[in-house]
Formats: sequence, C-alpha cells, structure tokens
Amino acid sequence: MKPSRLLRAIAAAATLGTLLAASPARAELHVTVDQGNAQPLPIAIPDFASPNAADAAAGQNIAKVVRADLERSGLFRSLDPKSFIEKITNINVAPQFGSWRVINAQALVSGQVQSQPDGRLRVDFRLWDVFGESQMIGQQYFTTPDNWRRIAHIISDAIYQRITGEKGYFDTRVVFISESGPALARKKRLAVMDEDGANPIFLTHGEYLVLTPRFNPTAQMIAYMSYISAKPRVYLFDLESGHQEMLGNFPNMTFSPRFSPDGNKVALTLETAGNSDIYVMDLRTRALTRLTSDPGIDTAPSYSPDGTQITFESDRGGSQQIYVMSANGSGQHRVSFGAGRNGTPVWSPRGDLIAFTNQSGGFHIGVMHPDGSGVRIVTNGWEDEGPTWAPNGRVIMFGRTSPGGRGSQIWSIDVTGRNERRVTTPGDASDPAWSPLIQ
Amino acid sequence: MTKFSAAMTIAAFSAALMLAGCSTPKPVETPPANNTPTTSTIVPGSAEDLRVNVGDTVHFAYNEYNIEDNDKATLQRQATWLQKYPSVRVTVEGDCDERGTREYNLALGARRANAVKEYLVSLGVSSGRVETISYGKEHPICTASTEDCWAQNRRGVTSITSGANS
Repeated sequence: MKPSRLLRAIAAAATLGTLLAASPARAELHVTVDQGNAQPLPIAIPDFASPNAADAAAGQNIAKVVRADLERSGLFRSLDPKSFIEKITNINVAPQFGSWRVINAQALVSGQVQSQPDGRLRVDFRLWDVFGESQMIGQQYFTTPDNWRRIAHIISDAIYQRITGEKGYFDTRVVFISESGPALARKKRLAVMDEDGANPIFLTHGEYLVLTPRFNPTAQMIAYMSYISAKPRVYLFDLESGHQEMLGNFPNMTFSPRFSPDGNKVALTLETAGNSDIYVMDLRTRALTRLTSDPGIDTAPSYSPDGTQITFESDRGGSQQIYVMSANGSGQHRVSFGAGRNGTPVWSPRGDLIAFTNQSGGFHIGVMHPDGSGVRIVTNGWEDEGPTWAPNGRVIMFGRTSPGGRGSQIWSIDVTGRNERRVTTPGDASDPAWSPLIQ
Repeated sequence: MTKFSAAMTIAAFSAALMLAGCSTPKPVETPPANNTPTTSTIVPGSAEDLRVNVGDTVHFAYNEYNIEDNDKATLQRQATWLQKYPSVRVTVEGDCDERGTREYNLALGARRANAVKEYLVSLGVSSGRVETISYGKEHPICTASTEDCWAQNRRGVTSITSGANS
C-alpha cells in the first residue's frame, strides 16, 4: 500500500464535539514521557462496538492494535478486557465512569466501526478521562476497510499525543534489511514494514547484497547501498513506482547515504583509492559537493533536523570518533571523547541529542548532546549498533547481533534507557531506519 | 609418441613410458618444474592456479590495513604470476571481522583492498589490471566470535575477473 494513496483514502477527521459539560476542577490526565515506564498509565480499551454484526471483527482488530501500540510505548498499561464491567454499545452515550474507576482505569477509549453503504468503513473513537469524567478526544474517520490497521495507529497516535503532549510514532514504517540463510552465506533483502512489524514487504529478493537503507522525509523514497553487478553503490528506491536507480555515476564505492531534512540532498561517502570522504549530492541538479578531505576514514553522515549541521564519524584522530561540521563542510570538530570507539552518529529529529554506537568491550547504543556532553549508554547487548530515531525523538531502534553469527534482531529502547523491547520482524533483521510520521 | 609437450601431465608421461613396451627406454627430458611441486591437474594461469599454487589471501591485524611482512612473499608471488599471465585481470576483496560498525568496516575493507592493490602495483603490476571491492564485515569465512575466527576474516583476497586459462 502506498502511503499517499492511503492518505487519500482517509477522509478528514471531524471532531464530534464534547458531549459533557466541563469536568470538575482537577489536574488533567497527563503522562510525562521523560519518566519512561516508571508508572505506566492504566488505560481501558474495549473492543470497538459494531452496530452491524459484520463489522465485529474490525472492531476487535482495531482495539487490539491500539492496545498493543500503547502498551509497547511503555507509557501505558492496557487493562485486561476480561476485567471490564460495562459493555459499551453506543459511543454517543457517556460511559458509566464509576464502573471504570472500580477497575482503576485512568483513561478509557470507546470506539465504534460501521460499514457504510458506499463500502467505506467509518471508525469513531472517544478518549475519556475516567476520574475527571470528561472527554479528551472525539474523532471519526472514513477509510477503505483494508486500511483499518492504519486507522488504529492513527488513533493510537492521537491518544499518545493527547495524554503525553508529544507527537506519537505509531503511524510510521521501518525500512530494514531482512536476513536469512546460513551465517556464511547470508541472504539480505531490502524490506519495509509498519512500525509494529505488520505488513512486511520485500523490495529486493536477495540476488545481491543490500545494506543501510534510509527513508527520505516523505517516506516515499529510500536511499540504500546495493552490490548489484558487484558494484557497491548508493541507490534510490521509489516506493510509489517501484523504480530504483543508482545515485550518480561514481568510479568507486559509495555508501552510508542519508537524506537532508528537506529531502533535496543525499549525504554519502565516496571511497577513492582506499580513502573514504563525505560528499553531498543535490538530487535536483545532481551537483556533487565534497565536504571532507582528510586521509582518515570519514563516513556515516547525518544531518541536524534544521539542515545546518552534519554529524559524522572519522578516525582522523587515531580512533573512530564522532565529529560535527557545518552542512557546507566547514568547522569540523570532534565531539565524542568517551571510552572506546564511537561511530554511526544519528541526529535526533528533536535536535537535542545524537544517538551513536559505542564500542568499548561490546557494542552499545549511546546518546549525547550535539556538543558531546551528557553521554549516556542506554543499551548493553553484545553487539548493538546503528541507532535510528522515532520521529518524536523519544524512542530508538537499533540492530542487535549475538556472538557467533547467531542471528540479527531489531530492538527498541526509550531514550530514557527504559522499555527495551525486541521489534517484531519477519525473521532475522538488521539496519533499521524509522520513517517520519506519515503525512 | 616420443615427443612430450611441457604441458603434458606427469601421469600421462608415465603411462606413455609403459606403452613403449620391450625396447630399452630412452631418457626423456622431464618438463620444467613449477614453482610449487605438484602432481595435480591444475591448469597454469587458471583461477585455481592462483588460489592453490600462488596464494590468493593476505591477512591484517585488528583495525589495521598495512601489509604484514609475512604476507609480502604472497603478494610477490601474485605479482610474478600476474606478469606471467598478462591477460589476467583481478579484483582484490577487502574484508573485516565483526568488531566494527557497518559503515566503518566498509571503509576499512576498502583500505585493505587498496593496500593490496598498491603493493602489487609497486611490484610492477599495472594498476589498470587490479580492481578493488570492499565487503566490510559482510563476507566472513568463519563465524565463531573468537580471536582465531576474527583473524581469518580480516583479509584481502585476490581473485580473477577475466583472462584466466581454464
């Protein structure tokens, strides 16, 4: 499914309006994201009601995905539906708050699905503050029935945003490398999936090695490295058309591509006579600008969200470390001075942090401020590498490898260092890159 | 029947002697010896010849790309062999162990492949005959996470792209 087509399938959401009068004076229901999963908010999400029996499965499925999304964030605890006392059959009637208070639900989601005469599915939901006895959100969507999963993620994002004050990240995709086969003859395929692991699609079929895919800002284009015809080069893959093309016509290896925040440029590494340096290609003019010219290894560029700076890794100082420069290549300076080697820096979409791979003993994911201060190592796997940020800058995905070539997995962790989870993938997987919020 | 070309294998040579029957055998010139004594059927100038008789692999220390002293003889043999078979073109593959991030290892593998190429060129091989490719940590030949395996995986491998005998 192409996101832009999906988008067209979703009619504008209309607020139903608050049914109830203003609630009694009271602090509004709120969860601070910085607290991680210290005290997840108890939330009740019954199956969405279905006035037509034929829509019952859709109602159950949507509720199930919303529960899983919110639970996975670590900020919510989805209560067991078996404990629910009230059965919600009409979402236009206020719930019996007392029956939800009894089971200690702080928030309640009531929803309804209804097939329309024109074949579309109408999905309504309301988010209730149980103790405040007030509605926090009321929205409705019209969509094609096969798009129910995306509607569920959009509802999850709306709930997450209303209660945390931060944008959600559930209506997003992940591009990654799917791995299969024995350790000495690994087959690697370019693949995309929803953030929760659903709807995996394989874009290449393993005839050639592919590595390090990254989304552009509209999530329509993927830049990645491919060994087609034993020529390792950066390629672009257009998800809308399925068209792929080699980016530029370079005599040697190009690798580690990353889009600029406006999507008009790709920063990449070009190897010449064994030396790797960072360049930027303008996708409109195909003009190439060289940013580094040090005899050391310079690679893994990543733009700041405002596009004015690039963080990258270099071993020019004797060991692999993280540097920052202006987007035109000026002012190159080292920012990582912690233990061991540090590489694969990725700038947070919020701009406040750089995530990276720290290699001291094992490989760990770390975060630090762009000036190199405040280093925190947040994972402790045997070989964790290659972080990528959720579009709200609160969650990091990364690749995790076990010793002895025993498989590659994708994991996620909150920037707080809490809520470490394995990400569902179709088989072994590596090199995740998170999409922006799909518009 | 009595003329033996240098290309003939020793096995065929022995069989011919037996066929000579009752007459007193006359001495025949032994074909010139190869660099490496062998009784196999490896075709000189072939990919197998490069791999088995010359040696196609050199190894590197952790995070290094300089040619080690004990690998210089291998590259010397490769250069001599390449001069003997001037139509052969080769690709040098640079590989790394798993103890580096993906992009860094792609760059390190390129350094290693290039170091092999430069050494061959310094011995007189035309640079146009030697391509390089890095596979970073993507082509291990040993999967245990041990020093021994890591040492095997840190390597430069010369293989024939075109022009080999077969």
